[in-house]
Order: sequence, then structure tokens, then C-alpha cells
Amino acid sequence: MTSKSSANSSSVAIEVQGLIKTFGTGDASVKALDGVSVSIYENEFFTLLGPSGCGKTTLLRMIAGFEHPTSGHVLLGGDHIGHLPPFMRPVNTVFQNYALFPHMTVGENIGFGLEMLGKDKSEIARKVDQTLAMVRMEEYVNRKTSQLSGGQQQRVALARALAPEPRVLLLDEPLSALDLKLRKEMQIELKRMQHETGITFVFVTHDQEEALTMSDRVAVMKDGLIRQIGAPREIYDHPTERFVAHFIGETNFLEGELHDINGSTGMIKLASGSNVPASLPDEAAAGTVTVVVRPEHALLSTSPDNASLTGEVKTIVYFGTDTHYHLELESGDSFVVRMQNQRDSGTDYQEGSKVGITFKDNAVQVLKD
Amino acid sequence: MANPRKNKAFNVRYMPGFTPVTMFCLIWLYAPLIIMMVYAFNSERSVTNMHGFSFRWFEQAAKNTQVQDATILSLQIALVATIIATIAATMAALATTRTKPFKGHAAVYAIINQPLMIPEIVTAVGTLVFFGLIKSATGIHGIGFLMMAHTVFCIPFAYMPIRARLENMDLTYEHAAADLYAPPMKRFWRVTFPLMFPGILAGAMLSFVISFDDVIINLLVAGAGETTLPIYMIGTLRRGLTPEVNAISTVLLGVTFIFVVGFFFLTTNKKK
Repeated sequence: MTSKSSANSSSVAIEVQGLIKTFGTGDASVKALDGVSVSIYENEFFTLLGPSGCGKTTLLRMIAGFEHPTSGHVLLGGDHIGHLPPFMRPVNTVFQNYALFPHMTVGENIGFGLEMLGKDKSEIARKVDQTLAMVRMEEYVNRKTSQLSGGQQQRVALARALAPEPRVLLLDEPLSALDLKLRKEMQIELKRMQHETGITFVFVTHDQEEALTMSDRVAVMKDGLIRQIGAPREIYDHPTERFVAHFIGETNFLEGELHDINGSTGMIKLASGSNVPASLPDEAAAGTVTVVVRPEHALLSTSPDNASLTGEVKTIVYFGTDTHYHLELESGDSFVVRMQNQRDSGTDYQEGSKVGITFKDNAVQVLKD
Repeated sequence: MANPRKNKAFNVRYMPGFTPVTMFCLIWLYAPLIIMMVYAFNSERSVTNMHGFSFRWFEQAAKNTQVQDATILSLQIALVATIIATIAATMAALATTRTKPFKGHAAVYAIINQPLMIPEIVTAVGTLVFFGLIKSATGIHGIGFLMMAHTVFCIPFAYMPIRARLENMDLTYEHAAADLYAPPMKRFWRVTFPLMFPGILAGAMLSFVISFDDVIINLLVAGAGETTLPIYMIGTLRRGLTPEVNAISTVLLGVTFIFVVGFFFLTTNKKK
């Protein structure tokens, strides 16, 4: 733990080390976190992504102080905070159901944190106005929270958590109660607010699209473990595990033989006999592997001769912006190709036609499992 | 056309006999009260023959010093018992809903609520004997004993609505307060207490009514001269029924009605 370089620690906001959390005792015990270590940097929009029960919310609650680790450490700016109660941590939370105080006005809600910190009245009033302006809710300062719509409550909850200028803002699936249009708007708003305030955001979601659109980095979690951390593009283009590839976006799985390993690239011999270049995860070994290819990273061609794979079109689904071709490969596996629709491009392919599939550059990713 | 009796889920509207039974129960319940109220306004000294309308029995009751003294005593006892019982019940409700589940949680509920199940006469006899021991050992007498007895049996009544309120109250409000730097005491006074206040008020009102209305404990535990209003009323009945009792009862009913309406509004969640 002492090996951490001082240059690096100045930019780390939250660091968790070997975090384990067990609920219950004996046979009934459940491991919500099974040894999570991660560093979240200053001014970063960091997302914890995973299905329900993966431990993402437990990790968030542990940073907030509502849960205490069974073992492991939580550090904020290099200081241990794992033992501190929530009110002693300079960390604020936007709750899933907002939890706005129903007996206070919008202004009182937003000023609550500052009031508890002992700020004087004029400063609280100034900060409340400033924060309300940031979420564009100035005219609602004296409203009761019950008079607000879901989207407005969301903004007030955000303002309330931002007003005390926390070191880290935690967001627990805050958009899940909003309808699709409002959710899209709020995604952009959140990203803007993170930029404006420079506060580290830790965002919890099960929605992969939300994670990809907003985050600087995403940690994909499953069964109390972080399975992969990286920028959205890295997670999407280079998933290293079957679960990650499956959970984020649509993808095609193929079997192949890995050979000619050269650093982080290698060659894959597919069932069709053709060889394609592939990106490798760490510690990849030659032999039979599973590879993934995103549907939009493959192309169809009418001439099957020099294609990497050949197959037959089974179903064509038109989506407006693009078209999905569901194919059956010669090996019997299914494969989906997504191609963007061009104006007046017509349809080169019919259901039942024999086609070739070629891969775009860097399209093939080898999985660890 | 489809038969609604077959297509609807179980619905008492379609069950034969429910309406007449309901009507019968309502009439049986409220007819005596209505008749009692009517005779309270009788101009003559009869509770069976209505002669004319007057407020004379209300006036007589209001001028009766015995009624005045008994009312004041009952109010004093009910007020003291309500305040102490409500504070104790609030603390008990917080302790049983805002702590992590522990061994014997169910036993604690049972112990707090048990006085509701024990026949009141048993409690009264027990209290009489217990207070007798203390009185003879210490030589202390006074109204305090009766107030103490009332406080004790009011606690479970005050506890019920307060606990119900707390159980329906989302814990995230308190979490949010803690997250926004509120230490435990500030969190309680700024968030928990205001949100649970309707439950506390409902508990206090219930306590007050229960204490004011008590007969059995008063009969056994009250010392000489400690005549509460219900005891006075029972005493006058022995000397012959006059509409004065009707008048007192009517006033009590009116006050209780206000309390019941208040209780209803406080315990009904307006948002849902």
C-alpha cells in the first residue's frame, strides 16, 4: 500500500483497496463485494456498471459511509475514511428516489448541507441561488418539493448534493425513474455539470448506454468484482471477458485458434480456415480461444471468394438508420452484421442469398475466457 | 351480457346479506348515541319522554362545582399522562424501528404491546396492590400515583401510531441528512422529528382520550376525593338518571369526535 507514488496520489480522489463486504452470518451470508480495488481520479466521471446484485450500489454506499467494509480500505485524497460516519465525509449522494425533505422548500433542501456545515446565512443564500441557477431552477426556490415533477425533483436533488461542494459526488441510478427523453437530456446535463464543477462524479447504473455516453471511465462489475475498467471505447471495442462483451452492446462470438502472438496482437484461424488479425487481452496464450466481433465492425460482400467467413442471410431487420442481417455461417453458428443505410442504396442482399463477411480493421477481439 | 358476479374478483358488493348486516350494525352502534344526545336537550327531567328543547341540562352541568372539579382533575391527569406516555412511546418507537434487527426484537414489540392484551381489571388490581405497598412503605400519597398509573397504560396506545408512522417513513431521508453533514441530534430534530410528528400527535391524542375515559383503574387506584369525570358520572347514575349526564356525555362525544377526525387526518398519508 505504501508503494503508491506521491505524484499519482495527488490526482487520486477515491481509492478503495481490497474491499470485502459480507452481509449476514454463517450459511446465510452473502458476499456483496469480493475484493474490489480501484482508484478514481480527480475531476473524473467514473461509472460503476453492472446488473443488479453485482455490488455496485454496495460499493457506492461504502464510499458514502452507509456501509462499513468487512475488510479493506476506503481512502479519500489519501486519507482513510472507512471508519467515518457519513456526516463526517466530504462526499454527497444523489439518491435513486431523490429523498428530498418533504417538509422543506426547494431552497431549504439545497441549503441544508451548508447549514449543517455552519455556513452563515448570506453565504448559504448566495450558494443556493448559484446552484439553482446551475440546474436552471431559479424560479422554484420557494416551492414545496411535492409540487415538482420527477425531472425537477431530480435537478433539486442534484443541486442539494452539489451545493456543499463535495470532493466526490455519488449518484445512485439517479436517472432510472425518468422517461427516455428526460433521461437523455439529463445525461447531457450531468456531463455538463461535471465539467463546470470539476467535482469527481461516481455514477452507478445498470444501463450500458448511459455508462458509455457519460463516463470518462467505466468499471464493469459482476458478482462483487470489477471485471474490466477502461474508457467507454476501450470497454466497447476491446472487451476482455465474455460477460463484459455480452453485457455491453450486441456482439458475435466465434471460436478460433490463436497463433503468431506478437505483443497485444495475434492471428486467429477461424473455422472457415481463413486467418484474421486480432487484439489480445493480457496473458493470452496460443490455442483455442473465443473472439468477439461487433455487428457494425463486419461488412457483407456479394462475392464470398476472398471473405473471412461465408454464410446465408436468414433474416433482414430494417431499423431506419441501419439494417441488421442475421446470418447462418457455414459452421452453423449465427452471426449478425449491422450496416448503415445509405440513401437510395437499395438492397443488395435478400433473405436466402449467399454472402461473404469481411472484418474492418481491428474488429476481432480475443477474450480471456 | 357477462354476469358481473362471475367476472369480478371477490367483491362484497355482490355478496348477498352484506348490506343489511352493515346497516343493522351501524344503527345498533349509533342509535343509542343519537337518542342520548336528543334527550340531553330535553326541557324536563326525563330521559324517556321528550318535552321541549332547551340547554338547561348543559347549563346545570356547567354550573355544578362537582362536575367542574371532576373535569379539571380528569384533564390534569390526562394531560400529564399523555405528555409522559407520548415521550416514552416516541423513544420506544425510535428504538424499535431505527435500530438494526436484533435478537429479541419481536419480544420487545410484544412486551410494549402486552398491556393492551392484559385485562384492565387485572392491571388495576395489580396496580392497587403495588401502590399500596409503596404508600405504606413511604407514607407518600397523592394524585401522582393515579397519574403514574394512567401514564403506564397510555404508553402502548401512543406507541402504535408512532411506530406505524416510523415504519412507513423511508430511511433515505435520514440517510440524506447524514450525507449532508447532519450529526445524529441535528438529524433527528431537523428531519426525523418533523416527519414523524403527525404520528406523535396521533399517539398523544389517542393517549389523551384513553386516559380521560378510564374507569376501572380510577375506581381501584384513585384515593379519597380523587373523583374523575367518568367516576362522577357513574356516581350520579346511582342517584337516578337525569339529562345532566346526557349533556356531559354529549360534550365528551363532541370533543372525542374532533379528536377522531384529527387522528384520521394525521394518520392518513395524503400523498398516496
